[in-house]
Formats: sequence, C-alpha cells, structure tokens
Amino acid sequence: MNYQDWLRADRLPHIYCAGCGNGTVINCTLNAVNQIGWAPEDTVFVSGIGCSSRAPGYIITDSLHTTHGRAIPFATGVKLSRPDLHVVVFTGDGDLASIGGNHFIHGCRRNIDLTVVCMNNYIYGMTGGQGSPCTPLGAVTTTTPYGCHEPPFDLASLAVAAGANYVSRWTSYHVQELTRAVKAGLETPGFSLIEAVVQCPTGYGRRNKLREAQDMIAWMRDHAVLLKRWKRMEEEGTPHDPTTFPVGEFVRRNLPVTGVPK
Amino acid sequence: MTRLEFMQGNTACAEGALAAGCRFYGGYPITPSTEIAEHMARKMPKIGGVFAQMEDELASIASVIGASWTGARAMTATSGPGFSLMMENIGYAVMTETPCVVVDVQRGGPSTGQPTRASQGDMMQCRFGSHGDMSIIAVSPASVQEMYELTAEAFNLADRYRVPAFVMTDEIIGHMRERIEVPDSVEIVPRRPLEKGALPFAPGEDDVPGFPAFGHGYGVHVTGLTHDDRGYPSSTDPHVHERLVRRLVGKVEGANREIADYEVTNPDAEVVFVSYGAPARSVAQAVRDLDDERVGHLRLKVVWPFPDFALAAFKNARVFLVPELNLGQIEREIARHTAVPVVPISEIGGELHTPQRLIATAEGYL
Repeated sequence: MNYQDWLRADRLPHIYCAGCGNGTVINCTLNAVNQIGWAPEDTVFVSGIGCSSRAPGYIITDSLHTTHGRAIPFATGVKLSRPDLHVVVFTGDGDLASIGGNHFIHGCRRNIDLTVVCMNNYIYGMTGGQGSPCTPLGAVTTTTPYGCHEPPFDLASLAVAAGANYVSRWTSYHVQELTRAVKAGLETPGFSLIEAVVQCPTGYGRRNKLREAQDMIAWMRDHAVLLKRWKRMEEEGTPHDPTTFPVGEFVRRNLPVTGVPK
Repeated sequence: MTRLEFMQGNTACAEGALAAGCRFYGGYPITPSTEIAEHMARKMPKIGGVFAQMEDELASIASVIGASWTGARAMTATSGPGFSLMMENIGYAVMTETPCVVVDVQRGGPSTGQPTRASQGDMMQCRFGSHGDMSIIAVSPASVQEMYELTAEAFNLADRYRVPAFVMTDEIIGHMRERIEVPDSVEIVPRRPLEKGALPFAPGEDDVPGFPAFGHGYGVHVTGLTHDDRGYPSSTDPHVHERLVRRLVGKVEGANREIADYEVTNPDAEVVFVSYGAPARSVAQAVRDLDDERVGHLRLKVVWPFPDFALAAFKNARVFLVPELNLGQIEREIARHTAVPVVPISEIGGELHTPQRLIATAEGYL
C-alpha cells in the first residue's frame, strides 16, 4: 500500500484551513503506519473534538470520533477489549491537556499500548482561536487579548513524568523526524506520545505576527532546539532563550505496559 | 437446573451481567454501587473478560463505549453523582447507536446527598439527562432475583435496539440479601451484525441498523456529529439531522409494546398503585393486606420507554397512586398519559414507604 491508500477518498476535500499543519501530521502518521505494514482492518484511529480530531474521518479504517478530551479512555476500552488491534489517537493541545488532562496522565500511568499523536497549535482552533493550556506566555488569542499570562504545559515532559514508554516532540517543519518518531511510537509497546507542533495561520499566526503559513514554519525551524543541544546548554549553564523549545526524543524505555496481547 | 443462592443485590447484578456474556467492565467506585465493581474485579480475569478501574466516571463510560465497538458486551455501574458525570458520553452512545449497559444504584441527592440511603431521584436523569432529543431503555428491578434477570435482559435490549440500557435500581435493592434461583444459563439475543456492503447507519427494516464491529473490515467511521447513513458528518443539513434524530427516538418509542414488561394485579380495581423498584415491595404487601379487589397494582419492570398503554389495563381506575422515592418523577409521566387523577406518594430521605402508610392512603380513596 501507499500511504495515500489509507485516505478515505470519498470524504475529500477536507475541512482544514489553507496552510494548516494538521495535514502534514496526518501524512507523517499514515506514512509511518504504512511503513510498518499494518493492515487497515487491524488498525483503529480514535480522536476527541477539535481540528486534530477530524483526522480519523479521512482515514479508511474503523474510527471513533468521540467527545471533547475523552479520546484516550475510548481508545483504552477498544485496546483492552481487543489487544490485537493497533490503536492510534489523534488529539490536540486543548483536547489532550485541558479537558482531557486527567485521562492523559492516567493513560501514561497505565502505560496502555496506544500511540497518541498530538497536534499542538497552541490554541483551540475549531472554536475560533481561544487560549489553550499550551498557549505560550505573551501570545495573543481571542481569550488572551492582552497576551497570555499563564505559563504553558510542557506536554512531552508531563508524559515522561507520568510514565509513558515513548515520548518525542517535533514540528510540522521536521517531516522526516516526525515520521520516524511516529513509527518509533507505533513500534514501542505501551503509551507513546508524539507531540507535533503545527502552524495555525488562521487562529494563531495572524494574531501573533506569523500571518502566513510559511512564517510560522520558519518560526518553528528557528525556535526548535535539538534536545541534545538543549541539555548541553543546561549542563554548561547557558540560559535558554524563552521563545525556544526542545525537540527530539524525550524518552524511549521499557516500563511495564497494559493492553498488549497475552 | 437452577441452583439456590443467598446473594446481595449488587452481586446478583454482576452475576446476571456475566451470565449474559458481559466481558468488559469499566468503572469507578461509588457508594452504593461499589460491590458490582468489586465482584467484576474478582470474576472477569477468571473468564477472559476485562475489568478496568478507570480514573473517573467520564472515562468509565467512554471505555465501555470503546469496548462495545469491538463487539463486546460492556457495562459500567455508578450512583447519582457519577451518573451525572456520564451524561455527555451517554448522549454519544445514543447518537452513535452503541449498545451498552449502565447500572445506577440510586442514592439520595442532589449532590453528594446520602451515599448510603436509597432514592429513585435519577429516573428523569436517565431519560433526559444528556442533551438533545433522545430515547433510552430503562429497567427497574424490585428484588435480588430481578437484579439478576433484568440486568441480563438489559444487555439483550441494548443489543437489540443499539441503545444504552439502564438498570435503574437503588440502595435498598442493591444492598438487600435474598435467596435467588440462579439459572444454568440466560437467554442471549446477540447483536445483529451489519450485512457486508450495507451502510452502517442506514435505517434498515426496523430502524435498527446491523452492527459493524471494529476489526472485521467494515472500515466504519463513528462520530457523535450528526451523520448520514454512511456515518459521515453532515451537521448543517436540517433534513439529515431530523431524519437521524427522529429515527433514534422512533426506534425505541416505536418498539414500546415489544420492550414493555409489567405486572397487573386486580385489573378491575378503582384505586390503582403504580410502582417500580423497591417501593413495589411495600405496595405488594399493602395490596395483600387490604385484600380488596377495588385496589390494584401496576408494577413496571421496564420504566423507559414508558408503557402508557398499560394504564388502560385498569378500565375502572378512579385514581392512580404513585409511591416513589422522589418528589414525583414517574408520577408526572403517568399524568401525561391519563385523564384519571394521579397522586404522588413521596418518600425521600432513604426510608421505604411502609405498607401501613400505603394502606391508609388507599383507604382514603375507597
């Protein structure tokens, strides 16, 4: 199969805005699934609510588009009941970290065999660009018109602390790295989080001097710091530029898992 | 062959579910339902089933719905506060036509209320608690025996109509211990699979589509959005929404007579008790003690869809007396369906109506 064969052709065109980064993440994910060679009938995509969560609707497998924040417990039910099925969760920063925050940490704690791909666009996209738990300090959204004054969640570090077996962060600029990360997540038993920072020119970029999609992709390229370098800077005592963020593989380990075939 | 056992109501509920083939339980502990989860935790691993203690009630019902989509019979149990938390996903189960069983061992509310005292205060919540227009099925056991039987039957009803089915019981029945007859097996009406090539949400002959379980190559997309017969979102077309929601309501309400399960005592009576759940026991005693053919009893084992036609079994009824452990929930439903006066007999706080109180009330109308 080609990764494009995983798309539900009769549902296209999709509803994403021009310039949206979600399509890149879907492509990377389907590429990874396709490279592993899973059969579509053995694969299930699950999502909550929001832009990210429309993704399963464009994929030919069995799929559940559920309620806001609840994708992980729905996926947990599928996986525990049929451990032989491969279960992939698409989610967004609002879906995963805010309303779904409790499910997220408990999914990591259980180390249930799911691969969670989070499209982090720093806002609630589908409701029109409100602030999320991942909105950077100072960023302007429709609910932070004077600049976000709350510090954001670091999803990758949270997942590591809560017990996930595999955690990576990349961006929609890092297409090859992102695809490899998703593949590693799919292949690692237990809970995998792949955080993909994506551009949202419509909801986020135009309020934050990144009006064009390529502006934000360039911003991600320039502000993403490889994790190795990030850690080296810490060792050297070099302060991080607060507008930068680390990308790379945060953890790959073999803690006890649930939801794998006996 | 049946065997006799002395059993708690909540245990009987769990045993009835297991006998009906329930193989997934996702739940969160809450008094007075917890013994159901504890029993499932002990039993499920021994029979190849799954017990999952989820992080909260929202996750519990979500996991049950996810498990159901793999084709498994799946259940959760809770009480009032947890039941409220489940409401959004119960609506999701209605919209996506996901069979599942939710047991509500009712306690006194509102809010945390009386964790260890009985109530029937959630009867309207199960019917209308989630948002939007919908219909569900609810049974209400009045004995430990019925906890076993009606829980098993709830799975058949859920699968038959692809709808959440509720076991609306209460602390009295849940914690009561009685001798029950445990049958060797219970009748299992399996979920009808979707015919290959058929559309997953097309009405079919009786408005209930076949079920396209995950992992069988159907490639079905399930969404809580308004969807067309293919399951694809179509949330702005008024006709698609109206056709879908009218079918979801109609498939249950239209089968009202088929689903209904009730007992009629003294059909020629003039003064008629209508009851369900624990108060039915006091009514039965009162009717026995009165020993007067002018006093009758309609006992509902299925409360939703409401069997309005059953009221017509009492042609001579002058008054319907409705003892409930709430301030009048099913009583109002009865009043919607009859011109005969309907009188609530409310008992809240956790005590059951005494037969003496019911006798005194009935005598006032004779």
